[in-house]
Amino acid sequence: MTTLTDPPKESFRLGMLIYDTRYRSMTIQIIALIGFLLLLGWLFNNTAQNLQELGKEPSFRFLGEPAGYDINQRLLDYNSQSTHMRAAFIGLLNTLVVAVLGCITATILGVTIGVLRLSNNWVVSKIMTIYVETFRNVPVLLWIVFAMAVMIETLPAPRAFKGEDPTATMKLYDTVAVTNRGVYIPEPLFSRSLGDVHFLGTSSFRFDVSMDLVLLMAVFFAGLYVSIRIKKNANHVQETTGNRPRTWHLRLAVIAVPLIIVLAALGFHLGYPELKGFNFRGGIHMRNSLIALWLALSLYTAAFIAENVRAGIMAVSHGQTEAAAALGLRPNRTMSLVVLPQALRVIIPPLISQYLNLTKNSSLAIAVGYMDITGTLMGITLNQTGRELEAVMLTMMIYLAISLSISMVMNWYNERVKLEER
Amino acid sequence: MKKTVFFGALAVAGLAAGVAAAGTLDDVKARGKLNCGVTTGLVGFAAPDANGEWNGFDVSVCRAVAAAVLGDSAAVEFVPTTGKTRFTALASGEIDMLARNTTWTFSRDVDLKFTFVGVNYYDGQGFLVPKDLGVSSAKDLDGATICIQTGTTTELNLADYFRSNNISYEPVPIETNSEAQQQYLAGACDVFTTDASGLAATRATFENPGDHVLLPEIISKEPLGPLVRHGDNEWGDVVRWTLNALISAEEMGISSANIAELSAGTNNPEVNRILGTEGTLGEMLGLDAGWAKNAIAAGGNYGEIFAKNIGEDTPIGLARGLNAQWTNGGLIYSPPFR
Repeated sequence: MTTLTDPPKESFRLGMLIYDTRYRSMTIQIIALIGFLLLLGWLFNNTAQNLQELGKEPSFRFLGEPAGYDINQRLLDYNSQSTHMRAAFIGLLNTLVVAVLGCITATILGVTIGVLRLSNNWVVSKIMTIYVETFRNVPVLLWIVFAMAVMIETLPAPRAFKGEDPTATMKLYDTVAVTNRGVYIPEPLFSRSLGDVHFLGTSSFRFDVSMDLVLLMAVFFAGLYVSIRIKKNANHVQETTGNRPRTWHLRLAVIAVPLIIVLAALGFHLGYPELKGFNFRGGIHMRNSLIALWLALSLYTAAFIAENVRAGIMAVSHGQTEAAAALGLRPNRTMSLVVLPQALRVIIPPLISQYLNLTKNSSLAIAVGYMDITGTLMGITLNQTGRELEAVMLTMMIYLAISLSISMVMNWYNERVKLEER
Repeated sequence: MKKTVFFGALAVAGLAAGVAAAGTLDDVKARGKLNCGVTTGLVGFAAPDANGEWNGFDVSVCRAVAAAVLGDSAAVEFVPTTGKTRFTALASGEIDMLARNTTWTFSRDVDLKFTFVGVNYYDGQGFLVPKDLGVSSAKDLDGATICIQTGTTTELNLADYFRSNNISYEPVPIETNSEAQQQYLAGACDVFTTDASGLAATRATFENPGDHVLLPEIISKEPLGPLVRHGDNEWGDVVRWTLNALISAEEMGISSANIAELSAGTNNPEVNRILGTEGTLGEMLGLDAGWAKNAIAAGGNYGEIFAKNIGEDTPIGLARGLNAQWTNGGLIYSPPFR
């Protein structure tokens, strides 16, 4: 007679959700998630209810109505009868302009300063230390306001260029006018222009593309492509014969000659700024607000980038420099061929943050009256239509989209320069 | 994990506590202080003096309301707002009322959901230019650079005016009056435009006011007045009738000099009703019987406030013009206290 005992059958009890370590963490996570969702739901519900009580149901219809205000810096056609959406689009372009200009300038300045700060020359390295410490330890808003105040107070007003005996004159053989309203530089004009092609009809995102520019870009890139082929060919010759053919004049010519021919064919000439009435007319007007914002953001961000660059360079073992020196490389080439490529791997991730910071800091533009997306959509449009929630949320989405795009591009670049481990 | 749940619950509890909302009048009484939105500084209308005391034409309205509701004209917390932040501050409840030379327009009243309780200054948009610019009319301003406060009706009027006259201009948007002043004086803009009263007030603070002229064109109607949020009519009534009390006081000859004497009782029933010795007007508003008396005693009647802050004897030197009592050919008119 044998007694078979089944293994004790475990029945599930509710208490096990808390007392049994197998389930406990799951239980707590689910409760936390429910709590979080309830909080979100409450927030939405509360907002909707409050808006309902005020009689302001969320609606984005205001974006289709005429904006009614003018914007000084507009890259595309815009007037006060255009829609709020168009105004926001113009503002967005202004944000992108200052962000792109700022990122490029900040990178160039930052890398130079970062490298110079490690210089063996005591004076140079100390000056760079002072630069970095002054710029990164004062809030960027103050730098922006300061740059604007300096421009307004020290540069001459257009009025000073007038009269028999003007107190101010144009610079660079009368081609550039530096005033406290901004800098007027010559603009490229084409007397036999190919005209523009219009996209997106009458929508708020309509834009024109200059066919002259497209043609010039096409010619330039074709030239660049040929030039790269010539270089590859030269490399090939060097590898097989040991002699490198002299190609720089050829490489320069394939880019420059077609460009010059096309420019001549299009009737390229420069339009110079001229004082007419209250202001200079003609030329490209870089407004004082743009210059102040661009300068302050670049100088400020450059201080941070310089520190990233310094950290990156110091992360490369000194043995690398010594090895390069032993091979007979001069310090310049050691830096550009040995140290910087390795340092880039350390520099790029924090550099992404600096680009994002610069772009987001550009929203301080209103301090100097630069009409970016914060000034148009979240400034005047919000104020004239009273659509706080919608305008703020839309602006947040736009900044999010810009930042994520920058991150994406930079992460892709980071992947490419990353050390490949074998 | 447990901690997260705990803090989550705490946050929910904290937020829930902030929801309950009573009428603004009860809020102000419970707080013992009136939150009043004013400009960031426009001499004559609202600006802090050397001791940090706020003074001015708009400030007096705030003080009168505080005196009517709380019996103390000093029980005001002044919140400086820019042209851009003022409406958000009012809509969100950060301030109880806004007295910031704000133009009464259809869209602000209807679409932005505010209630304008009246007009305390009839204004219009003008242009301030340096004399040596040699401009005598706004129509000569083709191509000029113009400083303009963002988020104001003047910004829209300006666009409309230049558009309808088919001339061009370059707008320079700025946030506050002092920024505009800096840019204008440095010549970074040729013209400064805002309400004519604001221009006169700004010019009065210049080193050489005589070097600047106001152009003859007044391109818009700008009825300026205090405003409150839509939907709280009791509070709207309090602010409206405080302003009307100041206006009626001038009409009836009640001034800060004779108010004590008159509140002992007079033969004029309307004066008695205003000063609370007859009828129950204060009770109807949910205030003391002496509400209007306190409001008038705080800074005088409308005429006294005007004369003290922006009148012809001040550096700003504005004439009454449209802002005279209706009995003197102006537009200032209060409905009867009955």
